[in-house]
Amino acid sequence: MSHIWSMIAQRLALGLLTLFIVSVLIFLATELLPGDFAEEILGQSATPETVAAIRRELGLDQPMVTRYFQWLGGAVQGDFGNSLANRRPVAELIGTRLGNTLFLALYAAAIAVPLSLALGILVALFRNSAFDRIANASALTAISFPEFFVAYILILWFAGAGGYFPSLSTLRGDPDLLEKLYRAFLPALTLTLVVTAHMMRMTRAAIINLLASPYIEMARLKGMNPMRVIVKHALPNALAPIINVIAINLAYLITGVVVVEVVFVYPGLGQLMVDSVASRDMPVVQAVALIFAAAYVLLNLLADVLSTLSNPRLIHRR
Amino acid sequence: MGILLNILYFIAFIVAAMAAGWLFRAIVIAISPRAIAKEMRTAPLTASFGLLMILLYTLVAIFAPWIAPFPETEIVGREFQVWDDVNWLGTDALGRDMLTRMIYGARNTVGIAFATTALAFVLGSILGLLAATVGGWMDQSLSRSVDVLMAIPSLIFSLLLLTIFGTSVLTLIIVIAIIDSTRVFRLARSVSVTIVVMDYIEAAKLRGEGKWHLITREILPNALAPLVAEFGLRFCFVFLAISALSFLGLGIQPPTADWGSMVKENATLITFGDITPLLPAGAIALLTVSVNFVVDWQLHRASGLKE
Repeated sequence: MSHIWSMIAQRLALGLLTLFIVSVLIFLATELLPGDFAEEILGQSATPETVAAIRRELGLDQPMVTRYFQWLGGAVQGDFGNSLANRRPVAELIGTRLGNTLFLALYAAAIAVPLSLALGILVALFRNSAFDRIANASALTAISFPEFFVAYILILWFAGAGGYFPSLSTLRGDPDLLEKLYRAFLPALTLTLVVTAHMMRMTRAAIINLLASPYIEMARLKGMNPMRVIVKHALPNALAPIINVIAINLAYLITGVVVVEVVFVYPGLGQLMVDSVASRDMPVVQAVALIFAAAYVLLNLLADVLSTLSNPRLIHRR
Repeated sequence: MGILLNILYFIAFIVAAMAAGWLFRAIVIAISPRAIAKEMRTAPLTASFGLLMILLYTLVAIFAPWIAPFPETEIVGREFQVWDDVNWLGTDALGRDMLTRMIYGARNTVGIAFATTALAFVLGSILGLLAATVGGWMDQSLSRSVDVLMAIPSLIFSLLLLTIFGTSVLTLIIVIAIIDSTRVFRLARSVSVTIVVMDYIEAAKLRGEGKWHLITREILPNALAPLVAEFGLRFCFVFLAISALSFLGLGIQPPTADWGSMVKENATLITFGDITPLLPAGAIALLTVSVNFVVDWQLHRASGLKE
């Protein structure tokens, strides 16, 4: 049992190291800004005195390493400094938006994961049939669509004049859970359609890879019905690649929300990031990028650990 | 009722596409030399349809100024005119001809995506081959830096870099190319690592061939096939990434005609049930689908997969 814990601890340490290097990279990004940061903010009204004052206020007169650890120390405690655009604390801007983005990503995942697993198993069961061909071609098509294309088609069909769902998911006026689910349905459906195709294809490939192995042939020769062969015998061994694909897609969901949030005017982190990039509001961009990167690294870490745990051969290594 | 009619149109479109694919395949087989004709016979309808579409897009992109009825940025009428026989697809939010913008979009969007992919490939495969050939500290330092760059989601990373360097076409190309070259690096390195240990490379080294000669003459020819297949897939990713950034207003800037930003500019029409803004988005989707179909066929052939 202990070597499992040491494996997890090892992976966690590696993940934290990655996260640390990523944070250095995101911080160094500011240093690459052409010209002086303080002059950039002041623009036309830059005099030597005001520039010096701004530099003192932002702590730019400190050495770089000191500033990095101050920034990181603040970030760990949830303090990301002040926005350059409106002087409000970044943490305040992020606050509820982080929750909204997580809500949307989880909502989409809750639909997409069971759906794509079921479809993947069905397609593997009826492989090389017309159903399989159609499902495969439509999956390939769905993967190649830009998110905004899917989103606008859904708006065209389900929203607009006499539509069933709102085309804007603003979440204004503090709606309750049911109302929130209703308003965020179209963005969640868009994300679902985008990730389901990929997950389904990978589930199919993972199961079909196994179907050639002798123990499956044995099960078939025993006269077991095909559904049982797949669910009972193939699926447990296909679990590791499937878990990996799910985690990669969840990580994708975290960042894929950016475009979808903009289309549906959903008040999430992605929209905040796009607005801040347009106004070059560096502290906000840094904070959001750090949050997204952290989620991405952690999900990949989780996938790594779970897929190792699902495979006895990797746990009891000789 | 509306949805039923849409589904009917969709089925008609699929049938027409398959028919076009079939016809194109038959024509290519008839007119081309034997070797190409033999290749083409193995193409499924989806792949030959994809090839036909790629050919069409290329032609439109090259001959855009001669095909388009109006100049790229000229204002030819009122805003949001409906489809008529002068402006076939109506006009956009500033009164520019929609069809003209679509045609020039083929040149700008596809051209920029192609240039970016090419740059990413040159960068990624040179570094990957170098890492595999030289090995040691070179391999370690390059691989570890790529690991770190890949730990940041690519859209977020490109947004971060675009904040710093501002949004212009040149920075867009460089930023996306650098981010995507990390993926190419991975592939190029893993392919050439298995080649480097072969006997004939050893022989070439003993002959006294230099590093550059070794890479271009001995390793690259054997690593080319998987890299070419990857080029198609990479192009799709780059194309979608650039379109997404343009859609967000951070990619190709106006007044350059570009499909991503055209969707954004005219999006308000969709809530009124007008499908005009979907046309540029559909153009993006159609090209990526086509490239994917062709790559799928090539990968299937290369791997000899039957199941």
